[in-house]
Amino acid sequence: MKFVDEFRDADKAHALAARIAALCEPGRQYKLMEVCGGHTHTIYKHGLEDYLPEQVTLVHGPGCPVCVIPMGRVDDAMALASDPDVIMTSFGDMMRVPGSNGSFFDAKARGTDIRMVYSPLDSLKIARQNPDKRVVFMAIGFETTAPSTAMTVLRAAAEGLTNFSIFCNHVTIIPAIKAILDSPDLRLDGFIGPGHVSTVIGCRPYEFIARDYGKPVVVAGFEPLDILQSIYMLMLQLANGQASIENQYSRVVPWDGNTVALRAIGQTMELRPYFEWRGLGFISHSALKVRDSYARFDAENLFSVPGVRVADPKACQCGEVLKGVLKPWECKVFGTACTPETPIGTCMVSPEGACAAYYNYGRLTRHRVREATTS
Amino acid sequence: MTAPDLDASPDRPTSARWVEEALREHDAQTAGEATRFEHRGSPQPPPGSVREELVLERIDRARRARPRVKEDRITMSHGAGGKATQTLIEALFLDAFRNPVLEPLEDAARLHVNGTQVAMTTDSYVVSPLFFPGGDIGDLAVNGTVNDLSMAGATPLFLSAGFILEEGFGVADLARIATSMQAAARRAGVQVVTGDTKVVEKGKADGCYINTAGIGVIEHSIDLGVARAQAGDVIMVSGPIGDHGITIMLARGELDIEADIFSDTAPLNGMVADLLTAAPGVRALRDATRGGVATILNEIAAAAGVGVVVSEEDIPVRAEVRGASELLGIDPMYVACEGRLVAVVSPEDADNALAALRAHPLGERAAVIGTVTAEPPGIVQLKTAFGGTRIVDLLVGDPLPRIC
Repeated sequence: MKFVDEFRDADKAHALAARIAALCEPGRQYKLMEVCGGHTHTIYKHGLEDYLPEQVTLVHGPGCPVCVIPMGRVDDAMALASDPDVIMTSFGDMMRVPGSNGSFFDAKARGTDIRMVYSPLDSLKIARQNPDKRVVFMAIGFETTAPSTAMTVLRAAAEGLTNFSIFCNHVTIIPAIKAILDSPDLRLDGFIGPGHVSTVIGCRPYEFIARDYGKPVVVAGFEPLDILQSIYMLMLQLANGQASIENQYSRVVPWDGNTVALRAIGQTMELRPYFEWRGLGFISHSALKVRDSYARFDAENLFSVPGVRVADPKACQCGEVLKGVLKPWECKVFGTACTPETPIGTCMVSPEGACAAYYNYGRLTRHRVREATTS
Repeated sequence: MTAPDLDASPDRPTSARWVEEALREHDAQTAGEATRFEHRGSPQPPPGSVREELVLERIDRARRARPRVKEDRITMSHGAGGKATQTLIEALFLDAFRNPVLEPLEDAARLHVNGTQVAMTTDSYVVSPLFFPGGDIGDLAVNGTVNDLSMAGATPLFLSAGFILEEGFGVADLARIATSMQAAARRAGVQVVTGDTKVVEKGKADGCYINTAGIGVIEHSIDLGVARAQAGDVIMVSGPIGDHGITIMLARGELDIEADIFSDTAPLNGMVADLLTAAPGVRALRDATRGGVATILNEIAAAAGVGVVVSEEDIPVRAEVRGASELLGIDPMYVACEGRLVAVVSPEDADNALAALRAHPLGERAAVIGTVTAEPPGIVQLKTAFGGTRIVDLLVGDPLPRIC
């Protein structure tokens, strides 16, 4: 298939893998974090780790938009949705995220009106069709999805809709990366930068990672060869003792980002003082809320939101997995108490989460794989 | 990170009851593990690769544990054909109805009646929309039940048809569905010989639901069942996968994607008869409906205690299906077919089987997609076109509701 197969060419992958192996210094271990959940998904879906030498380990980062939503926010959303006047709309991957009393799917089974939408604009359609109901869109995601939420709010304002609002859970990627960089037990050598987020924010916001922390960043695309090439670019920087920001995904990511999208976000949303992240705790200035001038579209302003707080279970070691201190299977409850069907921790929630990806696609040691596939 | 002290906070956070239950279960499961090492006289933690093996063993045990429905209520995922469906069937229905005929959970039950081997099956159809490119709920309801009988190696003979109709449903639409059922029955060589009609109030159903049951006779001595798969066996599919599921998804018109694809709904009894005549070494047949080919492969691995290795490059997928799947983030391996079968064949008969499939109009694009291995038991692996390897597990959740 055109524009897909070129980026999945096994011969090119072998050539890149040989170059990566040649860059490994004997005895040195390399830990590289792919920040974005989309990358984690690609890595497992295509079995990309089979191409990496034992010395190079990928650490799966916090960039999965549904994984980072704390249980308390899910409970809050359900409290909103349980109002008989409310139709809650949500992206499909949010539907399975458990709060303390089950997921949106469970709430739907109990009779709550929660509908799956493919675009926030679909929520406006539902609002127009149900003038006697109040439609609340569960807004989630990083800078990747925030522009479409912002455009939806602007459209609702232009149309003068009075029965539409958003429950804003948008988060920003830079403070999360900074939180990981500031953790005392950090073991990372470099970052595979998030491609989709960067189409919006550009590459400049990462400059502090190289300047202040001395770690290289390569913004990467989402096909397996994109990621392999980005690993090669990181390894090349590490071999040369460099730390700079590079853009592998230049076919999509402009260095300065998408100013129209950034303007729409800035017009409708502002930073919260702090926000709780599942697995990472409270992080300052890491999330967005609706600006006061658009308060009529802010569900937190229109409804009384209980503000539920649910502690991350003590047995859950997502924080360590996200920081690269533990591999997914090294978590005490991995695969037994915490599975994709009953995800306790953030990393198990969506197929893009580090633990779910490992459980679904990688649940074998490399040794066992080799035995089974070469015989 | 500026994290307020959680425990000192006045609005001390609550914890989730279901999490605590899961953790208690985990503790019970893993209680013996620490002492196992001390017995071996090794106070040191074992090296990483050994620990990873231990974790994987623990997961295998957890997966083999007695299935239990944890939810209080039925959710859409209980009907999706993945893990939740399997758990519901095994924990609730099998537990209630347990008997030796039901227990293998094959597509059709095998009965002995006065020296004759009879196969019996039933299936309900709730597809939305009712009419879609390549078919409608009527021919789907006939073909699905014909195929379930065929997978047991039976010659399908008689079908029942039960209709649950919503008040207000168009009679013209119902007539169109009945006509389509009759055409499908004629094509498959079966007759609809008994039926039932119920009407429910508006809003209590979605237009028209159909249940069909079928019986057929097994006239050969080939013992078919996924538990019979052995290391070295060859796995094949009878044609491109995922056509039906993607067609339905696009037919709903919610995605604004158009593609030139049609449901593959078709009766497979003719092709199966040819296959079994040409290749008596066929060990198992399954039609890849809900949950797709990936689910069938997992059923083979679990039932026979074998490994399955398939190659992504060898799995036939139409470009339109692949394109739509890429856009939607769906894996065609999990997408339903309604006229495709997966066959496990002994290595000696593999060439004959493939030739027999390809000689039939419904199997022109049949292909060998992989093999059965001894190790690792219960696990399906995919060699990706990119050159890596990954596990193909049962599906969690529900990407495509109400496809059949």
